[in-house]
Amino acid sequence: MQTENNTNPLTTPRLRHRRRSTEVTSDAGRANGDHLLVHDRSKYKSMLVRAYSTVWMIGGFALIVYMGHLYITAMVVVIQIFMARELFNLLRKAHEERDLPGFRLLNWYFFFTAMLFVYGRILSQRLVNTVNSDKFLYQFVSSLIKYHMVVCYFLYITGFVWFILSLKKKLYKYQFGQYAWTHMILIVVFTQSSFTVANIFEGIFWFLLPATLIVINDIAAYICGFFFGRTPLIKLSPKKTWEGFIGASVVTIISAFVLANILGRFQWLTCPRKDLSTGWLHCDPGPLFKPEEFNLSGWVPQWFPWKEISVLPVQWHAVCFGLFASIIAPFGGFFASGFKRAFKIKDFGDSIPGHGGMTDRMDCQMVMAVFSYIYHQSFVVAQTLSVEIILEQILTNLTFDEQQDLYTKLGEVLHKRLYGP
Amino acid sequence: MQTENNTNPLTTPRLRHRRRSTEVTSDAGRANGDHLLVHDRSKYKSLWHELFNLLRKAHEERDLPGFRLLNWYFFFTAMLFVYGRILSQRLVNTVNSDKFLYQFVSSLIKYHMVVCYFLYITGFVWFILSLKKKLYKYQFGQYAWTHMILIVVFTQSSFTVANIFEGIFWFLLPATLIVINDIAAYICGFFFGRTPLIKLSPKKTWEGFIGASVVTIISAFVLANILGRFQWLTCPRKDLSTGWLHCDPGPLFKPEEFNLSGWVPQWFPWKEISVLPVQWHAVCFGLFASIIAPFGGFFASGFKRAFKIKDFGDSIPGHGGMTDRMDCQMVMAVFSYIYHQSFVVAQTLSVEIILEQILTNLTFDEQQDLYTKLGEVLHKRLYGP
Repeated sequence: MQTENNTNPLTTPRLRHRRRSTEVTSDAGRANGDHLLVHDRSKYKSMLVRAYSTVWMIGGFALIVYMGHLYITAMVVVIQIFMARELFNLLRKAHEERDLPGFRLLNWYFFFTAMLFVYGRILSQRLVNTVNSDKFLYQFVSSLIKYHMVVCYFLYITGFVWFILSLKKKLYKYQFGQYAWTHMILIVVFTQSSFTVANIFEGIFWFLLPATLIVINDIAAYICGFFFGRTPLIKLSPKKTWEGFIGASVVTIISAFVLANILGRFQWLTCPRKDLSTGWLHCDPGPLFKPEEFNLSGWVPQWFPWKEISVLPVQWHAVCFGLFASIIAPFGGFFASGFKRAFKIKDFGDSIPGHGGMTDRMDCQMVMAVFSYIYHQSFVVAQTLSVEIILEQILTNLTFDEQQDLYTKLGEVLHKRLYGP
Repeated sequence: MQTENNTNPLTTPRLRHRRRSTEVTSDAGRANGDHLLVHDRSKYKSLWHELFNLLRKAHEERDLPGFRLLNWYFFFTAMLFVYGRILSQRLVNTVNSDKFLYQFVSSLIKYHMVVCYFLYITGFVWFILSLKKKLYKYQFGQYAWTHMILIVVFTQSSFTVANIFEGIFWFLLPATLIVINDIAAYICGFFFGRTPLIKLSPKKTWEGFIGASVVTIISAFVLANILGRFQWLTCPRKDLSTGWLHCDPGPLFKPEEFNLSGWVPQWFPWKEISVLPVQWHAVCFGLFASIIAPFGGFFASGFKRAFKIKDFGDSIPGHGGMTDRMDCQMVMAVFSYIYHQSFVVAQTLSVEIILEQILTNLTFDEQQDLYTKLGEVLHKRLYGP
């Protein structure tokens, strides 16, 4: 791979050429069986394999988006399980584990507890709305939710006690290392997946747009690097170039602006899902998705056919998403590269031919998912909240007593503001 | 310390004799130099000092200027995030009078999460740009270690502070129970200790453990009664003032009479005792403090064995470092918060959330508009259309 770079400086693609890696460990070698082929042919072949699996991934993804919120959530959960499995296996040492029966089970136990905690919190309100009709089920689900935190805490404490009771004399360091590693993995994987699922239920748009921007950034950086790549970007990833980076940034920001317009026209994508049903959605999309006319006559020359364009206010938010996706999100990729170098591993796994493991594909997505959630909560929700929406929330989510309680408290606060303490 | 144990099996104290710690690293010694001068500064800062210095290797850090700075940067960001969230509502209530300050503070709070996130991302990018070729593994290890420390220390400290503002009682009772459990286990082990409890801590015994459990649960019951009579301890603090507190303590702290005549023999002087309902909650606290919280200590012992260190630090003579004293407290703090949120706090949680949403996201006019409309709807529900 190094010689390839020296002989052909113009061809500095962003792909990781797994086929020609002679420094590959035996595991990766097994996965990339045909790295003995001729150089040129295998480069194009590897590109073909990558393109093939890319098409399948994008196709499958589009299908799931069409099917709806619950299926997307299920997909996120499956991806999460794959990632957790890859990461758990990464620093496991088979030798030490011979004397530790049930240790892997402990990892999956913590995984299950984290799953219950995170998805319980996110889906609790939706679950309540789903069983609103049946009185008995409503009571049951409400009490489950009320004690949700306690249940998860006690499950965690049980795992904690189990861990301590399972400590074996010569293996303390290994076990503590594994325990810390498990926690780090679960935190990283579940933070971003929980934020992703929260975004999905606010409207598929807020999941689809960031994810697509990352894919566009990736592909654009590859293409720009392929054709124009000259100056190396960062020592961590020697195949990345400044030209690829900047070209991809421009492409990403422009496509963010355009894509938001296209995606924002579908109610399936912009409507929030209030319960766990799977049917069609109708709603008032809110002020963000109402087109505004923009008069361009002063800005563009005479021959430009369109004198007015309709801009959805959400497109300006999309530009911010594009900026982040092109400038900060690649650092997720650099982090993963540095990590792999630090621990001398080639890939996180080999589930996807030509791309490596699930974590390799998700590294930038993870950084983007957290950003989308925080951006949405801070800048978008505030804009979409209005008196009507909050009033509706109050009337549907609170019991009559709670509503009166809220009324009294709000009255006190307003009174204090008007007339002083 | 090992020879001490073998010659005197009956003396199974729970204290760790720090004077003889010879395996302390030189870095920990250097950092703890200023602990002798500034003992009473924020306990979480010194916890952090100890834990961070534990796995630092001076050799690697020669080539990494500014790496320690990165750790402190993450510490500052975590501080801002955690305490910003907890104290935000109290801060708003404090500046309620001044209109300009109120606007300023409200907008700060609204964008609090974004600010903290961008501070974190800056640190993340700084970390990646600071990766040096031969030191990748060390740097990633330090990064993970930093995150683990921050999470452990800040989770329990944020829960502790949240509890304090709900009423000092909910902080004082758990902390005291841990101390009582510690002391009782030492005393019971001293007098009756015979059967070893767990291989991790060879000085602990079953007799000490069970004796301490009984003592802790009884003192939880009694202590809750004593502490629950002071308004200074039971009233929640709604803002950041420091004056005296007066409030209606709530049903938990109102004494209920309990008739004992059928339960105790004739000669017993008290026929009735007044029990605060909170005392039953205190029994649960006592149960947890005696049975589960010691596992925090076992975890710390196992950790020290794994990494072959004697103590986390030496700030406290005779006891070791701050972390040694806080290990059980940390487990208890998280439990207290979760217990309080689930069983003690009334159903007003969702009301608080929506009220907060209203106050942060709507303008004053919109709030008044909402108030009027809500009033109309409730009126219709009560008295018909």
